[in-house]
Amino acid sequence: MRYLPLTPADRQDMRKTIGVNSIDELFTDVPEAARLKSTVDLPSHQTELQVERAMSKLAGENTSASSVPFFVGAGAYKHHVPATVDHLIQRSEFLTAYTPYQPEISQGTLQTLFEFQTQVALMTGMDVANASMYDGSTACAEAVLMAGRVTKRKKAVLAGSLHPHYAETTRTSAKYLDINITSTDPDLDGLSGIADAIDDETACVVIQTPDVFGRLHDLTEISEKAHQHGALVIAVFTEAVSLGLVKSPGEMGADIAVGEGQGIGVGLNFGGPYVGLFACKNDRNFIRNLPGRLAGETVDADGRRGFVLTLSTREQHIRRDKATSNICTNSGLCALAFTIHMTLLGEKGLTTLAQLNHETACDLVDRLSGIDGVELLTDIFFNEFALRLNRPAADVVDALVDKGVLGGVPASRLYPGEGLDDILIVAATETNTQDDLAAYETALREVLS
Amino acid sequence: MSVKYTKDHEWVKIDGDTVTVGITAYAAEQLGDVVFVELPDVGKTFDQGDEMAVVESVKAASEVYAPVSGEVVAANSNLEGEPEKVNESADTDGWFVKLKLTDKSQLDDLMDEAAYAAHIS
Repeated sequence: MRYLPLTPADRQDMRKTIGVNSIDELFTDVPEAARLKSTVDLPSHQTELQVERAMSKLAGENTSASSVPFFVGAGAYKHHVPATVDHLIQRSEFLTAYTPYQPEISQGTLQTLFEFQTQVALMTGMDVANASMYDGSTACAEAVLMAGRVTKRKKAVLAGSLHPHYAETTRTSAKYLDINITSTDPDLDGLSGIADAIDDETACVVIQTPDVFGRLHDLTEISEKAHQHGALVIAVFTEAVSLGLVKSPGEMGADIAVGEGQGIGVGLNFGGPYVGLFACKNDRNFIRNLPGRLAGETVDADGRRGFVLTLSTREQHIRRDKATSNICTNSGLCALAFTIHMTLLGEKGLTTLAQLNHETACDLVDRLSGIDGVELLTDIFFNEFALRLNRPAADVVDALVDKGVLGGVPASRLYPGEGLDDILIVAATETNTQDDLAAYETALREVLS
Repeated sequence: MSVKYTKDHEWVKIDGDTVTVGITAYAAEQLGDVVFVELPDVGKTFDQGDEMAVVESVKAASEVYAPVSGEVVAANSNLEGEPEKVNESADTDGWFVKLKLTDKSQLDDLMDEAAYAAHIS
């Protein structure tokens, strides 16, 4: 196909046909204040080498996660991604493959999705997992909508310690679907008041563990209470690595488990693309109402093992506006990266990685909690915890940056105006060395002195 | 007991002020293997033409519309475990719901067997 640009005469003809005098007239719907009055102040043209120099200089002004001791989490975690992962996902069979509607030419893609689902189901202690969602927050929102379909109820209760971005995404998705969403207060225990909020009209309770402050919760009791009222329990996690060590959502009675898979195989990637994990119990009604794509194992005409997309009639490409969810695709490449990393780790490797994370976080807690003006608020944690500081955490984070340490996320950034200004959320992973921990301790001691 | 048909390929078996509703053998054959049937709860009321049930086959998902206005007095729960009944015996064991009529005159607008046979030929 040749590309033939329009000549000025072509443009004039087109404008005449539709009755406008200038291109600008097409943009009158954009509010005046949002329109650019003059051209952007950029050099008109430079050589490739000049551009590369200019851009490298600009990029050098960033403090990137790998360049300093890094302790930022709150939903995205810096883990080591083995080189094998990047090498394999960039094979063109995987990288360029389109959505696997035709199983006869998509066996590789379908098999990896099937393996992905198997891994997610095993990790979460659930029976069924889908082929992934866009990210943890959209998985959470879809889980709430699914609970509404399964229970035919319209009320959802979110724990105050659910990541506020997840809560906001859920509210946005539910806004026009007549689902009433309430949240408990963002207290540091996060679960007080939630049992009382469950009644016979509640479709689901949504609880994150480890929660946004890093605290682990046992959902067993709340699950019993919810089930007595016919409500479902949605367990949320933002750190998939935690599942290598902590009790799985399934073992604690959760009906649906959703979370962010970024921590395994995907990398920080400046905030995306990520991969949402979604799993549920083996129940006919649940599976019919599951959002997203499912790869299934089957046999071909000759009895040989093969894979297909299954139960597709729930999905948009067949069901159109009546589809079970807004998602008709999945985070294919990120799911593949997750699966490759999980396969490299194996069950033992995942547990070892999780232990390493927990031990590093414990070491950091030991170093930081002894500093004057620091109080540890999270007594049961995985690789993330909350500290109360004797001054606004946002100021402390800025002061730490000046000392070359990225020290965490101030709770005020996630909960503006909620009176949590003195709380700092800190994550540690296997990528942090003892030198990193020592640097953090020294820097924080100096900042708070 | 007489049987009437809709242009959307449903059959309506009339028994006093109650009707049994299913999809026709022709519709079942066109859909292919039925893998799931979603039925309404007993007690739910529908106006004529409302979406009442969903039938899913390996090829497609289709809505089943209320052929007449009425209240659901029974739903064929056997279809939950054996959706293939819709293909095997669409006219009998593959029934979907029983409706208690609210307006008997609506039956007059439906097709008889001969008219339906002409409709699908």
